Amino acid sequence: MSITYLEAIREAQAKLLRDDERVFIYGQDVGGTFGGAFKATKGLAKEFPGRVLNTPISEDAMVGTAIGAAMHGMRPIVEMQFADFSSTALNQILNNAGTHYWRTDVPIPITVRLPSGGTKGSGPFHSQSMESIYAHYPGLIVMTPATVEDAYTMLIEAVAIDDPVIYCEHKYLYYHLKAEKLPTEGLPTGKARIAREGRDLTIATYSAMLHEALAVAEQLASEGFEIEVVDLRSVKPLDTNTVLASVARTGRLLCVGESFPWGSATAEIIARVTAEGFHLLDAAPQRMNAKDTPIPYHPNLWSVHRPNAKEIARKARALLRE
Amino acid sequence: MLQTAQRTAKSKGKKGAPASLGEAAAGKAAPPHDRFLEAFRWMLLARTLEEKLVSLYRGGQITGGVYIGKGQEAVSVACGIFLEKGDIFAPLIRDQAGRSAFGEPLIDVTRTYLGSRLGPMRGRDGNIHRGRPRDNQLAMISHLGAMVSVTVGALMAKRFRGEKGFIGLSCIGEGGMQTGSFHEGMNIAAVEQVPLVVVATNNHYAYSTPNDREFACHDLIDRAIGYGFEGYTVDGTDLANCLDVIGGAVKRARVGRPPQLVVASILRLSGHGEHDDASYVTDEIKREPFARDCLKVTEHTIVDLKLVDTETLAEWRRDAATQVDVAISTAQKEAAPEGDEEDWCAISTRDLVDSLE
Repeated sequence: MSITYLEAIREAQAKLLRDDERVFIYGQDVGGTFGGAFKATKGLAKEFPGRVLNTPISEDAMVGTAIGAAMHGMRPIVEMQFADFSSTALNQILNNAGTHYWRTDVPIPITVRLPSGGTKGSGPFHSQSMESIYAHYPGLIVMTPATVEDAYTMLIEAVAIDDPVIYCEHKYLYYHLKAEKLPTEGLPTGKARIAREGRDLTIATYSAMLHEALAVAEQLASEGFEIEVVDLRSVKPLDTNTVLASVARTGRLLCVGESFPWGSATAEIIARVTAEGFHLLDAAPQRMNAKDTPIPYHPNLWSVHRPNAKEIARKARALLRE
Repeated sequence: MLQTAQRTAKSKGKKGAPASLGEAAAGKAAPPHDRFLEAFRWMLLARTLEEKLVSLYRGGQITGGVYIGKGQEAVSVACGIFLEKGDIFAPLIRDQAGRSAFGEPLIDVTRTYLGSRLGPMRGRDGNIHRGRPRDNQLAMISHLGAMVSVTVGALMAKRFRGEKGFIGLSCIGEGGMQTGSFHEGMNIAAVEQVPLVVVATNNHYAYSTPNDREFACHDLIDRAIGYGFEGYTVDGTDLANCLDVIGGAVKRARVGRPPQLVVASILRLSGHGEHDDASYVTDEIKREPFARDCLKVTEHTIVDLKLVDTETLAEWRRDAATQVDVAISTAQKEAAPEGDEEDWCAISTRDLVDSLE
């Protein structure tokens, strides 16, 4: 048996609906016999009648409704059809959910699932990675699972957390990533994982970029370099200590993320490592992000718009020569 | 002392009829609505409180701003007075009368305006951005229209849990009705068929912008049918009319009718906030029937119909003033929040706080 990243998300939701009557799923096309644009809720409406609900195309009201329900004891999961469309719910997420605990002492336990990141041919409005925007605002937790196991355990944890969680699931990983079985437990959120050990360079990354980084580490191993790859798992909270400890071993840092570059999670990591671990660095830390343009439609353009293994390897080699 | 609807319901088993009211009204003409005098006292309390807040603001004792509901008290009190303990109330900027009638203690208001660390917002938010979500008083955000869908969600939670007989009431103005958030909230309320009443008060100005630059439809109530709501209009200067129409909408929502929209017409008898002299309000609009002061109109009705004697009216005024004075002097004595003692933590899950140190 093998299970994909997407199936892990579906299984996590099935478990949540089974184990906790406060959970319901709210989003466009998630219900009926359809089961979501990506089938992340396939069969769940039938298995859990009245708890997997289709909504109008109203991202603001979907999140507003979830906030009200969470305030009164429920644990809603909102599925955004694409992360990109969550921009029309920013007000509810940032100004309502994100401020509520601070203002009123009443936390808002909602989970907003964002099918994130690029796939070929998806263009400017179905490809975005929005973790850096959400991490910028107070009051939110931002998860960026990169493995089937994390997709499963972190979604279960997201719903258990009393605060709003932005769960960024990567669409490219939906079908590409497989595991033998689902885990019974995982690392807690806020704890980064050393995905590959090395001593020459640290690549700190998350979500789909983890797999590009691992491919680069494999390739550079044949050139005699040992690359350490840190999977951040969540960008907020950001496990700065694990990155610092890795940089203490390697002396070099390359951060890779898929969101736009200005004010991105990668910039935040570099700021922190530079401020707290300047003495650990043997070379100026570097970062890679998507280009500072809208995301292109054509595969030839898209494949070089975001960081890819070839470019990451080029950047890593340059950093290793410093 | 006038008690809140919620407290009265709890302590006396009968909602919202302070003992003194029965006595005062005994032997007089019947009021135009059975909650008329009680509602008037909430209006009087709100007006007394807000006049005092304005003078504190002018005296430099309130930081930020003061936003009052002068002219909107009749609509507002009708929003709060029919709600029961398990109902959800999402008041907006000019709803002091309704908030009080629903159960918000005056001390919550004065603590929030004066920045006491003991208030519900603890200095973290101010003025009308306050609430007690645990007591079903939702805390509005400034982004208009956003609280409609939040109210819908709260009602869905109650339905999920199998509760019965509850409703929600969400307030909006004609300005807020023009946001996308409001539109989405109304639509999803009707899709979910929750027991919701939305009361929209057209006070004829969105800050300084008059109706003709806010919307171009013939009548805002025409939108009700488009949303799948039942719609009613009301003269917001006529307390009995407000009680009848909003009370009727609450009743219909409670028995499972579709969501209810009430559009009330008034003139805002103040600036947007107290920093605003409202010089843009035209003399012509001030002569419109909807520009009457609802508190004065109500008082005239009380006097004309001899519902209570002048001594009782004077006593009610004294009672309101005393309550307000106590709430203000109490909050004034309390400590303000301090930056170095503040718990700078925006999430409740302590071990997930992102440490920037």
